[in-house]
Amino acid sequence: MEHIISVTVENKFGVLSRVAGLFSGRGFNIESLSVAPTLDPSMSQMTIVTSGDERIIEQIVKQLNKLIDVIKVVDLNETEFVSRETAIIKVHTKDVDRAEALRIVDIFRANVIDSTPTTYTIEVSGDPKKIEAIINLLQPLGIKELVRTGRVAVAREPVRQAAVQAKKIARE
Amino acid sequence: MKLTGAEIFIECLKREGVKTLFALPGGVVLKIFDTLHQQKDVEVILTRHEQGAGHMAEGYAKATGKAGVCLVTSGPGMTNVITALADAYMDSVPVVCFSGQVPTSLIGNDAFQEADNIGLSRPCTKYNFLVKDVNDLAGTIKEAFYIATTGRPGPVLVDIPKDVSMAKADFTYPNSVSIRGYNPTVEGNKWQIKQAAEAIMKAKKPILYVGGGVVFSGASQELIELAEMTQIPVDMTLMGLGAFPGEHPLSMGMLGMHGTYQANMAMHYSDLVIAIGARFDDRVTGKVSEFCPHAKVIHVDIDPTSIRKNIHVDIPIVGDCRTVLRELNQILRATVNGEQKDLRKPWWDQIRDWQQAHPLTYHQEKDGPIKPQQVVKRLYELTKDRDPIVATDVGQHQMWAAQYFKLAKPNRWLTSGGLGTMGFGFPAAMGAQAAFRDRLVLCIAGDGSIQMNMQEMATAVLSKLPVKIIILNNGFHGMVRQWQDLFYEGRYASSNLGTTPDFVKLAEAYGAVGLRVKKVGDLDAVLKEAIATDKPVIVDVPTYPYENCYPMIPAGGCNHEMILEDPPELKMKQSGGAKVTPEDKDTVLTA
Repeated sequence: MEHIISVTVENKFGVLSRVAGLFSGRGFNIESLSVAPTLDPSMSQMTIVTSGDERIIEQIVKQLNKLIDVIKVVDLNETEFVSRETAIIKVHTKDVDRAEALRIVDIFRANVIDSTPTTYTIEVSGDPKKIEAIINLLQPLGIKELVRTGRVAVAREPVRQAAVQAKKIARE
Repeated sequence: MKLTGAEIFIECLKREGVKTLFALPGGVVLKIFDTLHQQKDVEVILTRHEQGAGHMAEGYAKATGKAGVCLVTSGPGMTNVITALADAYMDSVPVVCFSGQVPTSLIGNDAFQEADNIGLSRPCTKYNFLVKDVNDLAGTIKEAFYIATTGRPGPVLVDIPKDVSMAKADFTYPNSVSIRGYNPTVEGNKWQIKQAAEAIMKAKKPILYVGGGVVFSGASQELIELAEMTQIPVDMTLMGLGAFPGEHPLSMGMLGMHGTYQANMAMHYSDLVIAIGARFDDRVTGKVSEFCPHAKVIHVDIDPTSIRKNIHVDIPIVGDCRTVLRELNQILRATVNGEQKDLRKPWWDQIRDWQQAHPLTYHQEKDGPIKPQQVVKRLYELTKDRDPIVATDVGQHQMWAAQYFKLAKPNRWLTSGGLGTMGFGFPAAMGAQAAFRDRLVLCIAGDGSIQMNMQEMATAVLSKLPVKIIILNNGFHGMVRQWQDLFYEGRYASSNLGTTPDFVKLAEAYGAVGLRVKKVGDLDAVLKEAIATDKPVIVDVPTYPYENCYPMIPAGGCNHEMILEDPPELKMKQSGGAKVTPEDKDTVLTA
């Protein structure tokens, strides 16, 4: 089963290779991995999409925790979470297709971020299914290039707790 | 006053209580060696190969319980020490290895003797550091020792570029270390420990399965108290030997692939496995799906990843073995009464039956070829009063040593378990001897594996480390030959060593003492002579070449299905001419 694991790590050189080396050395899957610094510049946040049965996921979480540069590991599948992925798609557009391309962009609430006489560069974000869907629709027009960020995800605040907090803030 | 990086390095070693450094110089570490040369607090033992330096540090660490330290140069120095680091990583040995690196300005330029030391060592160290600024050196070394010796111990590498060892900085040694991503759990969960105590009270057929974790956490006394109080038999892993006295009536000996019959049977038929500081290695579990089919499993380990890695665990307890056992004993002391003894009487009857049915056996004819088991057994009997430290290489001789050398105390057993590194024994023995100059240190080796680090004999002679090497010389890679006999229809592909050096002359060539046992009747006299010698000694013992090590569980086999002796067709083949028959009762000695 697919799991999204959120990992807070030290923001220093070599940490990515320790995490990647752990996955390759122990034969765990990485579907996607994204990493960027957090608000605190001494730390980075990784979002790793992986898959495996319960025992493997337990090992992945434990092995990640064992790495000395790893500060915190959360298996997001244990809670509610929201996730997004961004794709940038460069579409080859002949005159007749340009309107069609824009219609598709509109339907998916995507943006055209660059345009030349023969291409549109489209930015779209959403869950993986949405990205897949727009790629499928754009493919007949001719996709020249495609880059995807891999998923980033964050746990949702529990509704009740969020409500209590909101009240508190209101009172203050 | 400002110190150079090299001076800071030595100051740090002193603060960490390091007295001995196993080292081999090279271009980028010359500054450090030059500084070492001008002081007397840290003794430098010059090895002949960096692998030897690494294993010596391991032997030192295993015998003392403190971190072993080695120093190697960049490039080939580093790649040579990798085997020792991988070995230490598998067996959780606290080793701090310092490697030289090309100057920071040249890193990445394919400079002379440059290697990516951090990249090379990453998968086989607990952690590694590249020190890019001399101001970070002292803090890094402090962290390295802290990481190597706490939690589940392991090797740590500190890579020091040449310019860092030459640059100057103010020296302050930090008093404490705080790493936000590293906080080993020492105290076990109290509720889980209570659950474990309840399970122990109720169990009819419990078994203790103890490993190297008990040795490293110094929990032997607590283990003995637990076993005696609850009357539970104790199985030891290869790494756990010595954690519980080998001759104690509750000791079942070693379990696993070449474990004793009773140890493996008790494991298989138990209803409660109490694993302490052991990691359910495949050489112990055999076929995982049929491992301990009737048992509930309690697992105490400081490393959470060890728990449920291979085997389902019912009561996991993450914590230091000694701390957890103390707490467990405290609960049990209040609850144990006579009832458990009655409850477990049938279990003990069964275990005694197993013990009597298939004890460890071999057959030594009075005038026949020398049996390797006889050598180990006599060596044990002749030396046990001197509380020796025993190192082994890897192979048949290692298993016989594990079976017949019944260690009374922990930290006396130096062997390569996880990685199975041939060539480990001799340098490890030297490391232990360097820590304890007055103790008797033995190395039981095979003629194959001793040749993998033979060059260290020069180190032993130079540094006056009077290790006694006993070579069980059968002319084969014996364990390989055994597998070929059992599973490859006796085709000895590259297992016959063909030619081996004259080990007596070899020892003499190095300036050590060489002795040979010519017939079984001379065994005691020669061993005694070796033990009495105050120099490194090689005792060459030509042994029966076709002896196989039993019991044996074939790889992936089930623990209660042991091969106990040579299959008939193998016996036929090997006795063709040689008079080795179990029926010759009056000439047979039994272990």
